[in-house]
Amino acid sequence: MNDQLYQYLLLLGDNPLILGHRLSELCGHGPSLETDIALTNISLDLFGQVRHYFQYAAKLNGENQTEDDVAFLRYEHQYKNTLLVEQPNTDFAYVIGRQFLFDAYHLPLLEQLMASKDKQISAIAHKSIKEVKYHHRFSSEWVKRLGDGTEASHQKMQTAIEDLWPFVAELFEETPLEQAMKEEGIGADLSQVKEKYDADVQNIFELAQLQRPDHQYTQSGGKKGVHSEQLGYILADLQYMQRAYPNMTW
Amino acid sequence: MQDLEKAFQARIDAGEVIEPRDWMPEKYRKTNIRQISQHAHSEVVGMLPEGNWITRAPSLRRKVALLAKIQDEAGHGLYLYSAAETLGISRDELYDQLHTGKAKYSSIFNYPSLTWADMGAIGWLVDGAAIVNQVMLTRTSFGPYARAMVRICKEESFHQRQGYEIMLTLCKGTEVQKQMAQDALNRWWWPSLMMFGPPDAESTHTEQSMKWRIKRKSNDELRQYFIDMTIPQAEVLGITVPDPDLKWNEERGHYDFGEIDWDEFWQVVKGHGPCNKQRLDARKNAWNEGEWVRDAAVAYAEKQANKQEQIAVAG
Ligand SMILES: [Fe+2]
Ligand SMILES: [Fe+2]
Ligand SMILES: [Fe+2]
Repeated sequence: MNDQLYQYLLLLGDNPLILGHRLSELCGHGPSLETDIALTNISLDLFGQVRHYFQYAAKLNGENQTEDDVAFLRYEHQYKNTLLVEQPNTDFAYVIGRQFLFDAYHLPLLEQLMASKDKQISAIAHKSIKEVKYHHRFSSEWVKRLGDGTEASHQKMQTAIEDLWPFVAELFEETPLEQAMKEEGIGADLSQVKEKYDADVQNIFELAQLQRPDHQYTQSGGKKGVHSEQLGYILADLQYMQRAYPNMTW
Repeated sequence: MQDLEKAFQARIDAGEVIEPRDWMPEKYRKTNIRQISQHAHSEVVGMLPEGNWITRAPSLRRKVALLAKIQDEAGHGLYLYSAAETLGISRDELYDQLHTGKAKYSSIFNYPSLTWADMGAIGWLVDGAAIVNQVMLTRTSFGPYARAMVRICKEESFHQRQGYEIMLTLCKGTEVQKQMAQDALNRWWWPSLMMFGPPDAESTHTEQSMKWRIKRKSNDELRQYFIDMTIPQAEVLGITVPDPDLKWNEERGHYDFGEIDWDEFWQVVKGHGPCNKQRLDARKNAWNEGEWVRDAAVAYAEKQANKQEQIAVAG
């Protein structure tokens, strides 16, 4: 099996997996039925993408592996999602902030992956980008609403952005795996993704009357399997059935 | 006034559809608001017992299907609130009635969902019972309600099949899975029968509602229909309903069944079921914690509108 490609598919699939999970925790608890439906929609799209990546990964692996083995039966350190997406649903401003900070990355990432030499990755990216354009529109609209809404909402949005900002840098830290995939023409060039990201975030923050945080410290490790304390709890939920009732068909 | 009411009743009797702008007796309006909003609240509160299992769904396929199902229920809530709003009440008022306990929702959602098999049992039995209750409402006299129900019933039957398929998979699985399915049936069976409401003899709203075609069949008729439909499905699964008195009555052409515990039903209706407090608290929390978000959306929209105006004036 092509282990690097397999690992890269995990890297691509784990962000939507964990973010989709976080959004799914909110189902039925949103501030309005409309936002509830929209966030569930995004969660559904993300899980759809996860299934494409993991079905492909399972096929590469052979050994009768399934998408569910890939999604549910790894240990903590084998998950490669960035720290950003595992952060909790502290309040609606965090949910929107986390979503926007991810969407602004996800969109240019997929633009790059559409040109991947790997036909399947390219096909997944083509399909996903339509969905992610909608996610980005939804989250950026809400960043503006909250940032330029009331005094209270402005405060909350600014606070959420401040708190989430340290996790942004990791999105663009190129791991050896990503470098190798980029050089093979399969993976994305993160420096180009970052260029678009910075411009996009700058623009939306301005429209939303938000200050771009200027703190220099960053937090990373997720892509290498070193996570925040959050992930263990996520996996306790995510893997519960598969661990408690192993080897069964559902 | 009497003439108006007579003419109204004649329209209903002729099978005409009543639209929001048509004249209607105040009591007809109130009864529709009560029933439609109760139904809307049930859709929204009904998201909670199943929502509880999304993060723990056993496979990606099941997770996505469950999420989509619950999203459908949110959509049902939306159509129904809109239908109620055509009768001159706002969504905020309707929510307020829910949160203060003035409005009811289906008691079934005050029971806990304890295992994955409950996702099967809820779809199969609860959505199944909902369809039996609701199919007749696709031809109810109030137009917006009838039209909402057409759309909703289609999706509910999809949910019912999806739930049954979860049960079928469990029953074809390991012994542990089959036990899980049986346990879920044991817990959800009687509450599902209670979804049709109190026996006809004790039902307060039935007669007038029948006259207005807001309701078209009695509680007991619907309950019997549901039981007759469901027992063969349980047989296919190879699990049994928790009723020692259940048996086929050749003469009646229906299943006879045991006594329903109406004390339990009234306890739950009064708010003393296993999860009444948690369900209502969850809704109230979502609403209260969402207030600043809704305020922000309004403030932002106003600012944008002002900007547009200024541009128009300057132009
Ligand atoms: Fe529904
Ligand atoms: Fe319903
Ligand atoms: Fe349903």
